[in-house]
Amino acid sequence: MSTLTALARAQAVATGRAQPIATVRHLHVHDHPMVLVPLAMAGEANAPLAALAGTDPAAPRLLVVTQPRDRDERFRFADHLGRILISYVDSFADLTEDVPVDRGKDVRTRYADAPQLWVPNPGGEDFLRLLGRSTRFRAVDGEHPVPATVPLLGRWLTFLANSAEVPGSSLLLNAVQALGTHWATGQSSAEDAQLGVLLAWIEEGAAAARAVENGPVAGPATDPEFDNRVLAPLIERQAPELPEVLRELMLPTWERMWRVLGLLRRLPAGERVAQRWGGDKDAYTAFARYVAEGGAPQPRRDGAVAAAARLQRLESAAARYAVQRAFDDPLILAEYRLAGAAFAGTVTLAAPDRIDDSGKRPVLRPRIMVRTSETVRVEPGTSLTSPSRPGQKARVVSVSPVAGSGEFDVLLELSGGMGRKLVAEPGSVPAVGERVVLTTLSEEFRRSGALPDVSETPWTHGGPPVFEEPAPARGGPAGLVSTPGGSAGQPDE
Amino acid sequence: MTRLDELRGSGKAKRHNARTIAALTGNPGCNRRAVLDTAGVDKLRLAEAVGFPGSFGQSRFALSRGNAFEAMLKADDCALLRSVLGAGDAQLDYQDLGADSDDTLSDRHSRTAALLAAAEAALIDHPLLTLQVGGQTVYLEPDLVAYAHQGRLQVVEIKSFAIVDGQADSAKVSAAAVQAATYVLALRQLLERLGMDPLLVDHEVVLVCPENFAMTPVAVRVDVRKQLATLRRQLSRLASVGAIVDALPAGVTFDLNRSPEELVAALGHVEPRYAPECLSTCELSMFCRHEAAGTTGALGRPVREALGGIPTVGEVLALASGSQAPTPEQEEAAALLRQALRLRSEALAEGAS
Repeated sequence: MSTLTALARAQAVATGRAQPIATVRHLHVHDHPMVLVPLAMAGEANAPLAALAGTDPAAPRLLVVTQPRDRDERFRFADHLGRILISYVDSFADLTEDVPVDRGKDVRTRYADAPQLWVPNPGGEDFLRLLGRSTRFRAVDGEHPVPATVPLLGRWLTFLANSAEVPGSSLLLNAVQALGTHWATGQSSAEDAQLGVLLAWIEEGAAAARAVENGPVAGPATDPEFDNRVLAPLIERQAPELPEVLRELMLPTWERMWRVLGLLRRLPAGERVAQRWGGDKDAYTAFARYVAEGGAPQPRRDGAVAAAARLQRLESAAARYAVQRAFDDPLILAEYRLAGAAFAGTVTLAAPDRIDDSGKRPVLRPRIMVRTSETVRVEPGTSLTSPSRPGQKARVVSVSPVAGSGEFDVLLELSGGMGRKLVAEPGSVPAVGERVVLTTLSEEFRRSGALPDVSETPWTHGGPPVFEEPAPARGGPAGLVSTPGGSAGQPDE
Repeated sequence: MTRLDELRGSGKAKRHNARTIAALTGNPGCNRRAVLDTAGVDKLRLAEAVGFPGSFGQSRFALSRGNAFEAMLKADDCALLRSVLGAGDAQLDYQDLGADSDDTLSDRHSRTAALLAAAEAALIDHPLLTLQVGGQTVYLEPDLVAYAHQGRLQVVEIKSFAIVDGQADSAKVSAAAVQAATYVLALRQLLERLGMDPLLVDHEVVLVCPENFAMTPVAVRVDVRKQLATLRRQLSRLASVGAIVDALPAGVTFDLNRSPEELVAALGHVEPRYAPECLSTCELSMFCRHEAAGTTGALGRPVREALGGIPTVGEVLALASGSQAPTPEQEEAAALLRQALRLRSEALAEGAS
């Protein structure tokens, strides 16, 4: 919890209203998203009970399992959900766009848009991940055949759930986190986890939030009281009104989901949101093609090399997302200023035409002096960036306190982002009197470490994986962590 | 009638279980919970009586699945449990000490002690253990099997959450590990009292859970040494409940027959320490949350820490705006808050422009 966000929470308590903690929207909101409100059966390992799904706020599709322990009914549910989800994700696999690659020397083609699925909370995402796990290995023939949509649904859900782990991805989003990225309430994050309460804080304030605290839950877990008093008797006597009761239970959450989308749409999108959505389109395009070519289901567990590569991707995505949010949003950048990783000041001197001719060839190296009243925690030699000129580097030459004022003079040498000539393009060098923010954050691309080929997996990481499902070990307790391996065998149930 | 009985009043004493001990150690600074639990007060009914009812029910579906899983493991003289523990061939006794009423507790405890001391190879179901909590001996009603083999004792916990591809819900695993650590500690204390080596109780417990999406059991070992260390430290840190109870004014009681006003006044005599985590573990949490309104602690520990540990929201905002002068110890926090407020206002103005 940053001090700025904590302060916003304190202000929310005092005013009784949620407070903004972002000035722009940091995620992509689709024009035609799909909303899914899942409910799970208590006690079972990820058995679906019901869901509302669809792309039309006025017409949610209701899916219900009236006998949650009936295997066939569960697969009918998966089949039904699969048809809804797959027709939605497939609807983006027609229009394509060309994107320049290799500095404009080449183009590559990707789908012009991608699907976006919304669930109420992180629990909803976990539910979809497990539903994906329990369906993607299903066989369409053999002893217990399932409809072809079932394993396909599993692959798409797994793809979406994996994307949701990538910071900055907007393919699968949950309303609680999306709201929590943009608003702070006057309650704890444990209480924010309840979508109805969180949304009431933002829309109407503290009193309204307290009033809905005991309202229907947003799932996927149902309220034990509801299970005992309402659901159990209905299931026992196979009541025909069961679907309607479940629809009534989920409808408030369904409506809230669309209000969340409306709230987020009213915020202007951050400048770099479109770029990240481009990454999502790439990911969707790649996976849609993989599925179309009949690709195998994702393995149960990644092998050592795949896991390391994935971790690396996640880490670089997290770093990029953090920098991009700070560059897009002065309120996020303020957190770095408070922590001493950025400072704002005014340009007091500028030598825009300064040439450094000490090397083989003369190069343009303008210098500027910035006076700041903020604490400067950077050493000479550090490279800084200004969010308003992300392509330009500013190397710290010296930091000197201004006598008697508590302020600092920071001398900076600029490189890059000024054109190719020995005279800087107009406006590319900050002018005297201009207010600038400088930070140690950088958008610069960092090359990731090289990983060995799968067949070269070192023995420290289990050696090259063996592509056979080992017979399930019986007769003794196993360790909690099983040996890694990229095996994708048939599931046991 | 002891002072504790007076505190509880006419109600029947609630017994401790591993879950209540885990919750107690989760918030060791809460004197209110320590006193109420030690006196065996029914906190759920107390919360109702003071007008802040909570819902701590368990779903019938979850219960019936848990019971079905356990029954399946214990059917046919524990055939499945034996096979999943890898104890199929050994000459293993199965002893169920069963449930019983309050007046035979000590009897059951001595039977437990005798059995455990003598056990060479056995599965001992529902043993009754004791644990020292805040200077009081509490009975533990563990839902566990002690597995004695090769001269050692191992705690076996049967849980109905699924382990999918070798992974399970981390919150559930850690809750199970804390509970199991409580049992390990209680078993060790018992052996110690019997003059035996406490380390005969294994620090690795066995969790028996359904594997993947079916009811097939799988046993995994979990090392609870870390949980044991935490538990020991927090149990020793738990303020001696006896001293707190003795310090209470005469006549203070949580007897549920008293009026709500009297109960609220009585609760006011015992210091709480509310944190949002209480909401999921303590029946009285809604009452304490109401009391804690306006404090930074009610927003969660990370928020309180990020605000420099200043206790109330009013003071935070007054220090941030400069309308209140900081005390010498508040200087540093106040400087941070002033800077934070300045940056926040500036960025919001910039964002709006």
